[in-house]
Amino acid sequence: MRIPCPLCGERDAAEFSTIGSAPPPRPSADAPMEDWHAYLHLRDNPAGLHAELWQHIHGCRQWLRVMRDTRSHAVASAEACRP
Amino acid sequence: MTRLATCGLIDRAQTLRFTFDGRAYQGHAGDTLASALLANGVRLVGRSFKYHRPRGIWGLGSEEPNVLVELRDGARQEPNTRATTAELFEGLSARSQNRWPSLRFDVMALNGLLGPLLSAGFYYKTFMWPAAFWEKVYEPLIRRAAGLGRAATAPDPDRYERMHAHCDVLVVGAGPTGLAAALAAARTGARVILADEDFALGGRLLAERQEIDGAPATGWVARVLAELQNLPDVTLLPRTTIFGAFDHGTYGAVQRVADHLAEPAPGQPRQRAWTIVAKRVVLAAGAVERPIAFPGNDRPGVMSAAAARGYLHRYAVLPGRRAVVFTAGDDGWRTALALRDAGAEVTVVDPRDRPACPGLRVVAGARVVGTGGRLCLISVRLDTGEAIAADLLAVSGGWNPTLHLASHQGGRPHWDEALAAFLPGTPPPGMAVAGAAAGRFTLAACLADGAAAGLQAARDAGHEGQPLALPRADDEPAGLRALYHVPGRKAFVDFQHDVTADDIALAAREGFRSVEHAKRYTTLGMATDQGRTANVVGLAILAEATGRGIAETGTTIFRPPYTPVAIGALAGAQTGPDFRPTRLTPLHAWSARHGASFVTTGAWLRPEWYARPGEAGWRDSVDREVLHVRRAAGFCDVSTLGKIEVVGPGAAALLDFVYANDISTLKPGRIRYGLMLREDGFVLDDGTCARLSENRFFVTTTTANAARVMQHLEYAHQVLRPELDVSILSVTDAWAQIALAGPRARDVLAQVTAQDVSNAALPHMACTEAVFAGGLRGRLYRLSFSGELAFELGVPPDDAEALADRLRAAGAEPYGTEALGVLRIEKGHAGGGEINGQTTAGNLGLGRMLSRRKEFIGRVMAQRPALVDPARPVLVGLRGDGLRTGAHLLEPGAAANTANDLGHVTASCWSPHLQAQIGLALLSGGQARIGTRIRVYDALRGQDGEAEVVAPVFIDPEGTRTRA
Repeated sequence: MRIPCPLCGERDAAEFSTIGSAPPPRPSADAPMEDWHAYLHLRDNPAGLHAELWQHIHGCRQWLRVMRDTRSHAVASAEACRP
Repeated sequence: MTRLATCGLIDRAQTLRFTFDGRAYQGHAGDTLASALLANGVRLVGRSFKYHRPRGIWGLGSEEPNVLVELRDGARQEPNTRATTAELFEGLSARSQNRWPSLRFDVMALNGLLGPLLSAGFYYKTFMWPAAFWEKVYEPLIRRAAGLGRAATAPDPDRYERMHAHCDVLVVGAGPTGLAAALAAARTGARVILADEDFALGGRLLAERQEIDGAPATGWVARVLAELQNLPDVTLLPRTTIFGAFDHGTYGAVQRVADHLAEPAPGQPRQRAWTIVAKRVVLAAGAVERPIAFPGNDRPGVMSAAAARGYLHRYAVLPGRRAVVFTAGDDGWRTALALRDAGAEVTVVDPRDRPACPGLRVVAGARVVGTGGRLCLISVRLDTGEAIAADLLAVSGGWNPTLHLASHQGGRPHWDEALAAFLPGTPPPGMAVAGAAAGRFTLAACLADGAAAGLQAARDAGHEGQPLALPRADDEPAGLRALYHVPGRKAFVDFQHDVTADDIALAAREGFRSVEHAKRYTTLGMATDQGRTANVVGLAILAEATGRGIAETGTTIFRPPYTPVAIGALAGAQTGPDFRPTRLTPLHAWSARHGASFVTTGAWLRPEWYARPGEAGWRDSVDREVLHVRRAAGFCDVSTLGKIEVVGPGAAALLDFVYANDISTLKPGRIRYGLMLREDGFVLDDGTCARLSENRFFVTTTTANAARVMQHLEYAHQVLRPELDVSILSVTDAWAQIALAGPRARDVLAQVTAQDVSNAALPHMACTEAVFAGGLRGRLYRLSFSGELAFELGVPPDDAEALADRLRAAGAEPYGTEALGVLRIEKGHAGGGEINGQTTAGNLGLGRMLSRRKEFIGRVMAQRPALVDPARPVLVGLRGDGLRTGAHLLEPGAAANTANDLGHVTASCWSPHLQAQIGLALLSGGQARIGTRIRVYDALRGQDGEAEVVAPVFIDPEGTRTRA
């Protein structure tokens, strides 16, 4: 697989590591436990476009939000989490 | 000898000697092992997988299903190489496989008589009872009987390497289509890679006697190759198989760099695995002739008609003097004419109505229904009742486009009734299929198709150029009547897996009507050749047996690799100690000179202990090192600890967020022990955090978690707190770090620095920039992991040896990781055994560190009821003989079962200071059990004993030594 890093250009997936599905926003400190449970444990597993977090560990070390089609592996976009 | 005096692409001036099954033969440069064996009249070359039937050469290239051989001897012995792809070299030794005691007399040929027992799915039926027999009796027996070759048992002496390449256009296959495509693309200035599995480029043009521009086609091949070779952006890769099409234009290839040599030249790899990233790909892999299933079609001497023609034209080998050509199409007639012209006596058997042809005996409207001969073909029987004496039966059942790579991304081939062939479905993005691989079988069509595809590929990759002036070539006749199968027993479909037409019909009768089920039940197409010659015939028989068409029956798809790939090539140089990089500390050489033995911790090699003459074993060394620290001073190379600088106006806020304890309250010049949690509330790692200045922090991590903590910090910053202005930099390799510990540590330190290192100037948990003797600039931290008065000294890596020499001269002795471990167990510091991903801060006795005045990662989830359950195992100390790490803890007298399990020993050692065996443990309700005895049960080592539960700090619980 090739991932278009917005800083380094298109690179082989071997340069990246991923934690899979991009988590929802982190709940506020006083949010109920259910929100924390969802944040920590619940993830979508779609057959189709999927938001994922990848880090370019052997490159610029940026964490990227990658939109990837899980059926074809086609990458629709890759954006730095901290532009 | 069946070698012709003239013609062919072999070098008759170069004679090469080789052996097959111990007998000596001769061949020529340009031969394959198969062509050389045929030239020597050797036709029986293997035994089949299941029935041990005699087998000969069927094909011309990598499609060969029958003739798998063992090559070379000793450590270089390699099994299962196709004799048709093994390039001949001087001294090659080859052996047939799967026979005992010899190829001509094979005891296991008895399997043939057991045929009815070994039919499709036999292993589900025949060897079922008693069940216990499967693993111990049946399976080993079957595996020994049904075999492939033997691999070498000694380590591979050769080197393999990996290569990465990018190109505009990758052309797969260097036949007429591929050469035209490469030329059209290369002339636009595109970066082109042209790869072919053969050692000679030209593909089918080398095997035919065809004309291009009114002259032999081999001349055109030579001119095109010469032009390509002179273009700077063209890479020609002969002996290179593109074995897989992966995502986003990534292709795997293996180049057989030195397989054609007895040994690789010095410095040369045996094979090279390529990862090629191509903007566009032209798949010009050609097509392979398929057999016809008829009784006895596997006898040595039965050969693909196109292969027979290839042996004649390319290798000047006449594969038979009395030949029968069994063909359902016009292509077989070309073989008949070629054999006739080479002097063979030829009979053509064609099920179609065909006119007479000069010099050929034609039996039209007939089929072959059987063959005769024991180890080799001697006769052919026709459905007319006629028997023909023959030493060659050339069979032509039509052509299968080599579309494998087009289906590696899931593209399903579709059946073309007019061509009687599967054509590529949707190929992977960026790939175009051209020439015979796309069902365009004639030479003129291949050249035109290749040229157009090559130009289009270059244009799509951003280059512009003119269409190729097409060379002149003919469209040879290609009429075909679909004929897959002549009924009868022992009509083989999959030669390599010994699957017959009857097996497929049986599978259909037993309900395995889906192509995927029939494949798995009969193992059709599941051999190492993935059914390249077998699948279409098998599908046709399944279609017939189930009363459907081939299109309706469908096909299985091909997966990488296209041909088998040696694991060694994929591993490249990453084997043995080079499996991953080895990291050495700046003091590695120094430690080695001072008697260190080393231990692998992650990627690092660390000094384990420093042996001295006269010490009987490692315990002597470790005990001495520990006692020297407790009584005087020792120093330890701790350069492997992860070191991270966190810098910027937002640094304190970020560290407050990732550490469970407060960091922002830390004053510049001071250090704090810190604990990081995972978001789920468990402990991630511990370490220290030094505030070098207002906005500059120096964070240390454990050796094991260095990379993980770095990633965690980056995640916390970039994903969770992107508003913070912070830079995070790993400086692990920028510092050599030495821990100096012991009651005399300050005296030693005073000899290596002129700075004031008194308790007042540098109290416990303070840090400062420092200048050490000899002008070495660095940093000084007052920290302790051992419970002694201790410092950590940081200097640039190049200065590490000088500093170590001075410390030693000042009376400190080096100690290794074993002594480090003993010291930390004596002090009760949590280490890897305790911070194991399942412990909370509370479990480790660090619950009070969790800040109540700020938000931090893991805060909420650490309060989950299950994580604050008082029954969770907590850190305690143990004292007792025979304590071993990993032993389980039970109430004295309780039965040793999981329900009674109270925890386990996480670390243990002999404490030379206490003269006792001590340990740390995670024990349920541990606090309340201090002072009691506990059963220590070690089922793994067969040990059972008792220990006293004590507080986890064995030394100086008040910390007076540390603060001295």
